Amino acid sequence: MSEIVVDGESLPFTEGQTVAAALVAAGRVAWRTTRVGRRPRGVFCGIGVCFDCLLTIDGAGGQRACLVPARPGMTVTTEEGDDE
Amino acid sequence: MSEPADLLVVGAGPAGMAAAATALAGGLRVVLVDSGAAVGGQYWRHPPAHARAAIPTDDLHHGLRGYRALCEALSAGRAAGRLELRLAHHVWSAVREDDGFAIHVVDRRRAPQETAGVLRAPKLLVATGAYDRQLPFPGWDLPGVLTVGGLQALLKGGGVAAGSRVALGGTGPFLLPVAAALASRGVEVVAVCEAAHPSAWLRHPGPLLRNPRTWAEGAGYATALARRRVRFRPRTAITGAEGGDRVTAVRIASLRPDGSPRPGTERHVEVDAVGVGWGFAPQLDLLVPLGCALTDSADGNAVVVVGGGQRTTVPGLYAAGETCGVGGAALAVGEGRLAAESVLADSGAAPAPGPKRLAGVRSAVARHRAFARALALAHPIPPAWSSWLTDETVVCRCEEVTAGAIRTARAEGGADDHRQVKQLTRAGMGWCQGRMCGPAVHCLTAGQRGYEPAERLVATPVTLGALADLDP
Ligand SMILES: Cc1cc2nc3c(=O)[nH]c(=O)nc-3n(C[C@H](O)[C@H](O)[C@H](O)COP(=O)(O)OP(=O)(O)OC[C@H]3O[C@@H](n4cnc5c(N)ncnc54)[C@H](O)[C@@H]3O)c2cc1C
Repeated sequence: MSEIVVDGESLPFTEGQTVAAALVAAGRVAWRTTRVGRRPRGVFCGIGVCFDCLLTIDGAGGQRACLVPARPGMTVTTEEGDDE
Repeated sequence: MSEPADLLVVGAGPAGMAAAATALAGGLRVVLVDSGAAVGGQYWRHPPAHARAAIPTDDLHHGLRGYRALCEALSAGRAAGRLELRLAHHVWSAVREDDGFAIHVVDRRRAPQETAGVLRAPKLLVATGAYDRQLPFPGWDLPGVLTVGGLQALLKGGGVAAGSRVALGGTGPFLLPVAAALASRGVEVVAVCEAAHPSAWLRHPGPLLRNPRTWAEGAGYATALARRRVRFRPRTAITGAEGGDRVTAVRIASLRPDGSPRPGTERHVEVDAVGVGWGFAPQLDLLVPLGCALTDSADGNAVVVVGGGQRTTVPGLYAAGETCGVGGAALAVGEGRLAAESVLADSGAAPAPGPKRLAGVRSAVARHRAFARALALAHPIPPAWSSWLTDETVVCRCEEVTAGAIRTARAEGGADDHRQVKQLTRAGMGWCQGRMCGPAVHCLTAGQRGYEPAERLVATPVTLGALADLDP
């Protein structure tokens, strides 16, 4: 199985899965904190419309986890604590 | 493809695939663009081609013969050098030019890297489909609460189930395939809460009886669900979700005819994931700024006005599939075919040779449209749905605007549509640009008036860096 690195820890995924699918497969449905209410958020619409699943991928912020295919060695940072 | 294209098709779902295949059969040069990693759209969503063995999903699909035939037609078009297929390309804007259309794309094949580009052709067909329509309820922003389509997309695209004990709720026939798909992957589907009553179907029996294939598909799901002891609960709704870091339970209530919960019927059911959906909302982001006329459809959505040949009110611009009204994959395929036939006729080309005569496609499309209308009338948004909300319920997920704030904007600020609410509260101003909360905010303020979606000039965010690299 291939792996991505999420907040410093390796996470296995099946080639072909998105970053969101890899996280959900590992039991994680939330990885972001909202700006105002500090509430946990993660995958909601699954098709790139709602922007709830944002995280940082290889240094690029504001990425939709449900759209970006996971690739071996990809570095993912969650908990931006911010929508911007 | 070295020569310029005759037709741009945005969206490679059932509608866009059928349109591209038909246009290719008629001899046109086509560019087919989709943001996804594979063709198929929502209905035929698949993992990318190289991952099909590792993520088997064939058993979750219907009509795979039609899908494969379309895939073959597209492959042949590519081999002949007349189809340029651009996957992982997001169209963020479409504009009219003197001699046709230009679409602005971001190439995300190496995401998160992105490259901008422009594609041009004399004719444009928009087949961008739809997304789940949502109604807020207390706790719908808890992790583990997803759209029903989101649950299905994770299953069909990635082979993963988002929970092990799942409740589904909302309205419409789409709840059934998702329940069946989850159950087939060993998920315990604890309830399917359908707000409508099945007897509502009997009010418009004609179109339903004229679509035996749809009956058969429905009966197939009913059998599959009964075998797995999935409880289908008509006239009920998920009126709340509870939990801390993740949903742990839902509240399910029986509904009165107006959709308000019957007092004393509420019960708690433990779950670790929830799927909700109230039909679909057409994805009109590219079409609205192009200036084509919209109209209200039976399900309360704004849809693109098209004539019998799928021509919009803008010359050279065509639409097919759920942008013209939600109606399922078979309708989308038929409309895609009709749209491409119009493109052929308007380009002075001969009709595409094919197994099915055009008149047959037209009558099938008319039948499916009538069926979709009957379904929409049988599965309305319950008029009293907002009685589930408390003042603290988040309505706009992005900007975290509550129902209380929106009610205040209406009562004290005089706001009577989603645009005014946005100015007063920021609802609809965040990342999703009101795609999730728009219909709900509209219902909360404008009552029975038709919903007109906001004009969004950018269909997907694009980085300035990608634009800077763009050749003029
Ligand atoms: C998440 C989801 C899951 C669904 N699953 C099922 C199911 O399992 N069974 C069922 O019967 N029905 C399902 N449906 C209903 C489905 O909408 C239709 O039945 C059918 O797929 C409609 O076909 P279409 O060609 O009109 O649009 P779609 O299939 O939605 O295809 C539209 C395509 O356009 C692309 N697109 C949209 N905007 C852009 C853009 N700006 N740039 C580039 N590409 C773009 C999308 O990526 C998509 O591939 C689902 C709907 C949703 C929203």
